[in-house]
Amino acid sequence: MNPNLSLKTPRAVAPFVKLARGESPRAQLDVLFRTVGLPIIGLLVFLMLWSGVAAKIDTSLGQFPGPAQVWNQAEALYVEHVTERDKAAAFYERQEERIAERLANDPDYEPRIHDYPGKPTFFDQIVTSLITVLSGFVIASILAIPLGIVIGLSSNLYSAVNPLVQIFKPVSPLAWLPLVTIVVSAVYVTDDPMFEKSFLTSMITVVLCSLWPTMINTAVGVNSISSDLLNVSKVLRLGWLTHVVKIVLPSSIPMIFTGLRLSLGIAWMVLIAAEMLAQSPGLGKFVWDEFQNGSSDSLARIMVAVLVIGLIGFFLDRGMLALQRAVSWDKTATLR
Amino acid sequence: MSDSHLELTGVDIEFPTPKGPFQALDDINLKVDEGEFISLIGHSGCGKSTVLNIVAGLHQATRGGVLLDGREVDQPGPERAVVFQNHSLLPWLTVYQNVELAVKKVFKGRMSRAEMRDWINHNLALVHMDHAAHKRPDEISGGMKQRVGIARALAMQPKVLLMDEPFGALDALTRAHLQDSLMEIQADLGNTVIMITHDVDEAVLLSDRIVMMTNGPAATVGEILPIDLPRPRDRLALADDPAYNHYRHEVLTFLYEKQKKVEEIAGSSAETATSQTKASGKAKERVA
Ligand SMILES: Nc1ncnc2c1ncn2[C@@H]1O[C@H](COP(=O)(O)OP(=O)(O)OP(=O)(O)O)[C@@H](O)[C@H]1O
Ligand SMILES: [Mg+2]
Repeated sequence: MNPNLSLKTPRAVAPFVKLARGESPRAQLDVLFRTVGLPIIGLLVFLMLWSGVAAKIDTSLGQFPGPAQVWNQAEALYVEHVTERDKAAAFYERQEERIAERLANDPDYEPRIHDYPGKPTFFDQIVTSLITVLSGFVIASILAIPLGIVIGLSSNLYSAVNPLVQIFKPVSPLAWLPLVTIVVSAVYVTDDPMFEKSFLTSMITVVLCSLWPTMINTAVGVNSISSDLLNVSKVLRLGWLTHVVKIVLPSSIPMIFTGLRLSLGIAWMVLIAAEMLAQSPGLGKFVWDEFQNGSSDSLARIMVAVLVIGLIGFFLDRGMLALQRAVSWDKTATLR
Repeated sequence: MSDSHLELTGVDIEFPTPKGPFQALDDINLKVDEGEFISLIGHSGCGKSTVLNIVAGLHQATRGGVLLDGREVDQPGPERAVVFQNHSLLPWLTVYQNVELAVKKVFKGRMSRAEMRDWINHNLALVHMDHAAHKRPDEISGGMKQRVGIARALAMQPKVLLMDEPFGALDALTRAHLQDSLMEIQADLGNTVIMITHDVDEAVLLSDRIVMMTNGPAATVGEILPIDLPRPRDRLALADDPAYNHYRHEVLTFLYEKQKKVEEIAGSSAETATSQTKASGKAKERVA
């Protein structure tokens, strides 16, 4: 049915497929060069420049790490992670054995399971950061999209809220953080905390900073719906909810996603900074700990973190793009 | 109380502008009978769309008002369906869903699901669009979109069908084809129609009466020309018909002699205002 089906092959693979089919080899090689060749060349040039420049920088912690050292440290971090996992498994095994032994002697004994006391590995920190950023982003979006719609629908509300948004939008996360920390410790007092305070602090800071782009873009999208479509809605006398669901939401989807992607990017940047400053678990803390540590490997390990942070940010954005492609009604729009 | 179907009485409208109020219409009076086909013709920017929007309820008259079956028109509603100049289909819905949105709203509680489905398909078939029911607006041509817009309006079973230059953006062949379809449908259903057009042939071919508007600002009804040609009308046969050519001539005389555009006077300011509205209209089209 769909004549565009062949477009569904991933862009990077399509030229290979076409080449294999024998479709105009010259043109396909050209496409191949542009989509695969040029990025590889760019990467190689970057690596060369990096090692060249790194060799010339001497720091108190030794020479600035080049690609090779950084790669070594990446491997080392992985090995550390695996050994730490093995140790943890062994720890729990021993604990269970001991409990079983005591239970055999004394049936009334109530076992208490102790957590493994080891410190979180690099990969644990990645997972923590990802969970924090996604929770913060989801909460921010759940707040921002409906607010943006309501604000966009009423130009009076827009005028009332706009100055506030413009003031809060540029506030750095580092300024929010002390306030959030203190408020969380004051307000979140339970004996059986479901969340760590540090998690809440980081997450709320992320929410406060990533709320605005989604909210503003949603409001602008809603506000700029074509007046023809609004007239259609008026002539049909659509109810408020139908109007929002059938007309307002679909037509502001592109702007909402623009906002969401900006917000997610900001959320990720903000989180790393917040974790560093607040010493909350996550990649930011990893970087800070290495900085404090100051061993000869620290710079290379920080570089690993930098690259991983960048890659994760990139994949988060790609993820949003994929979501936008799936949700958007306008399949002809080129999304990048 | 009058007993006419649709009645505009002493309609004035003033738009607030930064330079003070701009009076677009002055004392528009018109009575329309049930089942009548009225064309509004006049120079660009004279206020045809404004008249139509007032009948639709999208604009409010500053003075005077509109009565439909004795009831005052004070808000838009599906009994006065509008076919917009640029089709205004919702791009994220299929052809079928676009019509469905209207049918669901108008016939909720009065029709079963199956009846609605039949009714939607029936109206798409009327404009010969049933074959493309599951395409999206960006997958069909301009003429097809306009037909779906007409189907959507017809499906609301409106008392009055309002059309703002429905065929303005189409090529001559498609336009002729759609005019013929519209005549057939109107003969079948007997809708009351008010249609804006720039096209003299179109006006004479389709209308029972042509309402010719004077130039703005403060435009009003200049002349009303009853078209007394037997129906069904056939465009080829009419081409050589003296009566037809006489009507054409009347309209052309009104437009190009009596209401010749006087660019130096007020016309120029109205002209710039119109070109602005036109331009913003285009921009919206692109956005949509
Ligand atoms: N919302 C508005 N605010 C101010 N002026 C307006 C507004 N709408 C229309 N006008 C003015 O009223 C006049 C009539 O406009 P209208 O759109 O009704 O003209 P028209 O006859 O439909 O023109 P066209 O044939 O080009 O569509 C124009 O001078 C226009 O500038
Ligand atoms: Mg107009």
